[in-house]
Amino acid sequence: MSDKKYWQSFAELNNKEEVQKLAQNEFAEDLPFEDLDDKGLFDSKTPRRDFLKYLGFSTAAATLAASCETPVRKAMPYVNRPENVTPGIARYFASTYVQDGDVVPVVVKVRDGRPIKIEGNELYPFTKGGTSARAQASVLDLYDMYRLPHPKRKSGNKFQEIPTFDQLDTQINNALAGLGGAPVVLLTSTVVSPTTKQVISEFLAKYPGSRHVQYDAISYSGLIQANGGKIPAYQFDRAKVIVSLGADFLGTWLSPVEFARQYAVGRKIDEKNVSMSKHYQFESYLSMTGSCADERFTHRPSELGQVALALLGAVGGQAPAVNFADANLRAGIQKVANDLKAHNGAALVVCGSNDPNVQAVVTAINSAIGATIDPAVSLNNRQGIDADMVNLVNQMNAGQVGALFIYGANPVYDYFDADKFKTGLSKVRLSISFNEKLDETTELCQYSVPTHHYLESWGDAEPRTGYICFIQPTINPLFKTRPFQTSLLKWSGNNTDYETYFRNFWMGKVGGQAGFDKVLQDGVLAMSVASPATTTSTANTGGLPAAITAITGGRKGGKTEVILYQNVAMGTGRQGGNPWLLEVPDPVTRSSWDNYAMISTKKAEELGINYKDVDFEYYPDKPIIDITVGNKKVSLPALVIPGMQPDTIAVAVGYGRSENYSKATQGVGKNVYPLARWNGSSIEYANDVNVALAGDTYKVARVQVHNSYDGRTEVVKETSMASFMLHPDAYKEWREELHKDFAPATGDYRKEGTLYGDHVQPGPKWGMSIDMNLCIGCHACVVACHLENNVPVVGKSEVLRYHDMHWLRIDRYFVSDENNPDNLKAVVFQPMLCQHCDNAPCENVCPVAATMHNSEGVNQMAYNRCIGTRYCANNCPYKVRRFNWGDYTGASTHGVLGPSSGVGELDPVVHQMNDELTRMVLNPDVVTRSRGVMEKCSFCVQRTQAGKLQAKMENRPLGGDDVITACAQACPTNAITFSNVNDKTSTVSKIREQNPRRLFYVLEQIHTLPNVSYLAKIRNTQEVIQGEKEGAEHAQQQTHEPVPSEQAPASTEAGH
Amino acid sequence: MNFFKIIAKRSVLPGLLLLISFNSIKAQSGQQIFQQNCQTCHNLDKDGTGPHLRGVEERGPWAESRQNLHKWVHNPGAFIPTTPYTQELHKTFGQIMPSFPQLSDADIDAIFDWIKNAPAPGAAKPTGEGATATEGEGTSNRNALIFGIISLILAIVALILMQVNSNLKKLSDDKESILRPEPVPFWRNKIYIALFAIILFIVGGYYVGKGAIGLGRQQGYQPTQPIYFSHKVHAGINQINCLYCHNSAFEGKHAGIPTLNICMNCHKSINAYEKGPKIYDENKNEIDGTAEIKKLYSYAGFTPGPGANWDPANAKSPEWIKIHNLPDHVYFNHSQHTKVGNVQCQTCHGNIQQMDKVQQMAELSMGWCINCHRETKVNFNYNDSSGNKYYSIYEKFHNDIKSGKMDSVTVKDIGGLECQKCHY
Repeated sequence: MSDKKYWQSFAELNNKEEVQKLAQNEFAEDLPFEDLDDKGLFDSKTPRRDFLKYLGFSTAAATLAASCETPVRKAMPYVNRPENVTPGIARYFASTYVQDGDVVPVVVKVRDGRPIKIEGNELYPFTKGGTSARAQASVLDLYDMYRLPHPKRKSGNKFQEIPTFDQLDTQINNALAGLGGAPVVLLTSTVVSPTTKQVISEFLAKYPGSRHVQYDAISYSGLIQANGGKIPAYQFDRAKVIVSLGADFLGTWLSPVEFARQYAVGRKIDEKNVSMSKHYQFESYLSMTGSCADERFTHRPSELGQVALALLGAVGGQAPAVNFADANLRAGIQKVANDLKAHNGAALVVCGSNDPNVQAVVTAINSAIGATIDPAVSLNNRQGIDADMVNLVNQMNAGQVGALFIYGANPVYDYFDADKFKTGLSKVRLSISFNEKLDETTELCQYSVPTHHYLESWGDAEPRTGYICFIQPTINPLFKTRPFQTSLLKWSGNNTDYETYFRNFWMGKVGGQAGFDKVLQDGVLAMSVASPATTTSTANTGGLPAAITAITGGRKGGKTEVILYQNVAMGTGRQGGNPWLLEVPDPVTRSSWDNYAMISTKKAEELGINYKDVDFEYYPDKPIIDITVGNKKVSLPALVIPGMQPDTIAVAVGYGRSENYSKATQGVGKNVYPLARWNGSSIEYANDVNVALAGDTYKVARVQVHNSYDGRTEVVKETSMASFMLHPDAYKEWREELHKDFAPATGDYRKEGTLYGDHVQPGPKWGMSIDMNLCIGCHACVVACHLENNVPVVGKSEVLRYHDMHWLRIDRYFVSDENNPDNLKAVVFQPMLCQHCDNAPCENVCPVAATMHNSEGVNQMAYNRCIGTRYCANNCPYKVRRFNWGDYTGASTHGVLGPSSGVGELDPVVHQMNDELTRMVLNPDVVTRSRGVMEKCSFCVQRTQAGKLQAKMENRPLGGDDVITACAQACPTNAITFSNVNDKTSTVSKIREQNPRRLFYVLEQIHTLPNVSYLAKIRNTQEVIQGEKEGAEHAQQQTHEPVPSEQAPASTEAGH
Repeated sequence: MNFFKIIAKRSVLPGLLLLISFNSIKAQSGQQIFQQNCQTCHNLDKDGTGPHLRGVEERGPWAESRQNLHKWVHNPGAFIPTTPYTQELHKTFGQIMPSFPQLSDADIDAIFDWIKNAPAPGAAKPTGEGATATEGEGTSNRNALIFGIISLILAIVALILMQVNSNLKKLSDDKESILRPEPVPFWRNKIYIALFAIILFIVGGYYVGKGAIGLGRQQGYQPTQPIYFSHKVHAGINQINCLYCHNSAFEGKHAGIPTLNICMNCHKSINAYEKGPKIYDENKNEIDGTAEIKKLYSYAGFTPGPGANWDPANAKSPEWIKIHNLPDHVYFNHSQHTKVGNVQCQTCHGNIQQMDKVQQMAELSMGWCINCHRETKVNFNYNDSSGNKYYSIYEKFHNDIKSGKMDSVTVKDIGGLECQKCHY
């Protein structure tokens, strides 16, 4: 028996049969057949006569509608066609996604003048084409119907439009002149743009006494101060040992896309020479980065400083001895320290704390181990200093601030003491917000002067010294907006607009027009001369001893602590109203739309939550707990998650945006920023709390339980490094035995293993490879798929009813001891999409042949042929088919959706997605599907078709890697690769050839012959998993019998 | 000046397209080359975008030698500063002719030989195409009618004979005093009624089915457009290449409706319909071509006159009515068919160069598409020198052809009948 087990929920772990029985039900909830009660059919609400009336009416209506004239379609050509626009042909422009301090160089796909897709820019050496979920989703923000359409001034309680910018300028200039020397403060989120910085300094020079305060919703002030005002340029790619102290560096910390790309370098396995970097994670809750770690240790949030101190002491630094009650943690620190020492010069420690003292200790550790940090450059992604902001708020309250200009910041929502900021804001004589959308802060300002969306803007960003990323507009401004910089220039008496200013600034530096054109085309530029240091900050002068004293004398945590974290999709909540990001499930909890309290099993038992109950897992109703800090109370539903520190509650920030600013946020999530605390020098995103069961329940839209493999949990393959080294050919042998078993005569599993004939692919054959070692669960691919394929947003109420439409999902499996589920060994992320089986079970059962195989190895779906029997989805072993239950895109009703309230009606967000402006984001090459049809991943058929056409047009053979799907393009770690596998030189062919030991196909034993192959995940641990080999044999024997789902083995050993 | 630059830039693209489309055809008459390359800007007897060309070889440097003309056509920009005559030309017309390096010296000679001998204006040639086709159709229609009438007469005769027969039988029976029931008239005869019902059901069902299938199909659709634009005059009589106006048909998904600047390239100077045959609409009313050009001017915001300039800023786009529509769930790409498949425009759009008012000739139904995909052979590279090199990845077909298993590759063989080739 193996001591390893894969599971998705506690209920499944404890009562497998019951869960499977429930999974057989088609609908989780009772169907609303309230009419059919004892009274009988004729007395029900819809009697037979009514039924006949409806029938007659709808037949008549259908006949009438059908006999109507076909609508006349008009076509209006350009008057004078712009030179580089050909209708129907997409053009690509390099630009840069900048949000707060996040910088992702991108390439924007512009089709007929509309940006519709974001791709990563492969020329930037640090992201190499990787993107994040938020960067992908940013194009939807451009078409947000809640954007501010023009500058406004508040009169009374209402905003009134200012008709022209000239009037605005006159009003502002008068107001500024009337300040009488009171200081003007520019409150912005981190500004990474060199030209904007220059514009700001020119403006400040004009108004003496003024200053620029940078404020980040989630602050990195401690990190900046501990490193003398500069964030070190971490190099995860060079590190053999990576230790993270609570830093979610793959998901949300600092510059995750860059770090994920670097991290992937060390995590990629070459089977001929097996080695990989080792990742240790110390944390208080189960984060996405922690899920990827080889070994993780938990501690209380208040113990983070002590953990850092202990680690410093253990690697040989000057630090007092720290004692932890948790023996596991103690041993872990020693182990990590030994590993760090053994890899001196090839190790790295990063820390997510915002305490300068803790960060000072981490800096000391890093210098002790010769950490892989590039000393020549520094990162500029975050520049806000907490003390500056606290001072500003105090000054505002004291009435010492004349004017406050807010750009890219929303402190009324995300400042820990928002009430104080609000009162301060009311005392400021002139307050102007430049934010693009109406938000909590803008609503309280006197003026709103919306700036362009980044896709409409010129601009630049310098995320790391010497590397410039350029922003160029890809569409004319949709609204009457003006760049923030132009406003500042105007008000400082400079009449050039920002575009000219920007052009002049760079033209001189890059060698005239030709050079300028080149950098715009590339989107990135590496400057040989490092630009001058950008931040001046109050460096932590106390030094290490003072930091140690501060930590040892610091706060001791109470009984229960809360930690605030960022969800990988939502981040700090700046894109909070974005429906795509809201619908993306969290990688760890697999819940969408809301935030919730992640609690440990111990806490659940303390509170009396029966989390092992099947109903608890199966129904979305979760108990609400009240989290109290002082007089602040937040009530959130509780999710029980393994691998949590027992006394820690984790809650995601970024939710609970007011529904005035987006229909999408209506009724979902809570703002938990007020739970953060100010410790005198920095903001701590953790606090002591009291918890109590509120006695009520709240529905949480979890998607993990939606799809059941009917007990076939062997869909993932994962092992430890030690086991892999011991039995390197375990997977390979299992596959070989399987093939031998099914094809004893010829050895050709493909042909002999089935009664059906084989499909022939004479030309291209598309294939995908997914390296589970590289998948970090960031969900960039999921959002990219949304954009590329017009996948509809269904809203929370529909996700609750299992109607989520994601073509690509990332399944999450916990790996733990048989006995102690809380002792997590690993978490496995598995991107799951249509496997495009060459012997597809779905194809055989379609009564109308709406889904069938094509000559390129793709399982195709003809939506217009589908009559919605859903036989295919039922017969799909991978559960990747998605049925359109509602008219999510208006395709069946010509855009007239049903009402947005009442039982079974669509959520307001679906209506928001069907707004005329929002629909501009749709990809015109992909049809929007109507109600009643099945849909699924198409391997981005529009891209494969376009790639083939391009090759034909250029009269050349198709290259193996000419086409890339949206998910593969978006992936920051290159976990997903896509090729024509009939070309033996293509990437996927090579991966399959070079990794025979880790290669597997999901559920290969049922002979579906998928075109998506996976590489098994290897955890870099020395633990030898018992029964790995035996498990393989056992699983192989199972395949002799056609396993009905009910009889599937209760525990599938070793996951084979 | 700036505006002329734009115009010059614009004309490069059509020039290139012309190059693409005519590389394959080597031996052409001077007239053809002229029509394909020059005619859009040059007229024989009237100054257009460029000067009129009759008697060109008696003017300026062209009188000296053909060599100069070769140089000019290959690179006009370089030639301009060399002679005062061309400098003057540049001043008068304000823009530089695009260069045609793809034309060989022989081609250029052919053009100018043709210009020298071109017939004088007024000597219009008759166009008599299309008459034979309608004749054939007429005959078959007449035959069907005759057969129909004969069948009907025969059916009536048969019915009368049957009635006569039954009456005679009754008479004879009466004579022989055999008592028989009154014969049931055929309208009450159950057999007839059943037969009639069945026939009605079958015929009715056939037409209902056919009608339902045809819903949304528009074969024969011939709407009236905001400007009476005659394809016959442009593409037929004046032989303007389709791609000159629909220039993205080779590049992308949409063939494109010509933008106003393309119309105005020629119509800045062509402001009257004078020489062509009279045009009639379907009700035999004569169409005034000059008035239609005026309509174009009103859309373009252009006042004709000597040296008049057109400013696109004043223009507004006409709302053309789209004739060839495919449903939203169909992906159709023009370049796939025109450039890759070498399909002629007429294959789908009919004899467009003979239509004054464009009509949808093809059914544009899925059966119609599929049928073509079944029959059409792809431009397969059977050997290294011919065909599209894309198909070299089809190793299996190459082997099959070598071994004689198959003789040609149709669209169907490369997956042209699969749903997701057009529906996604």
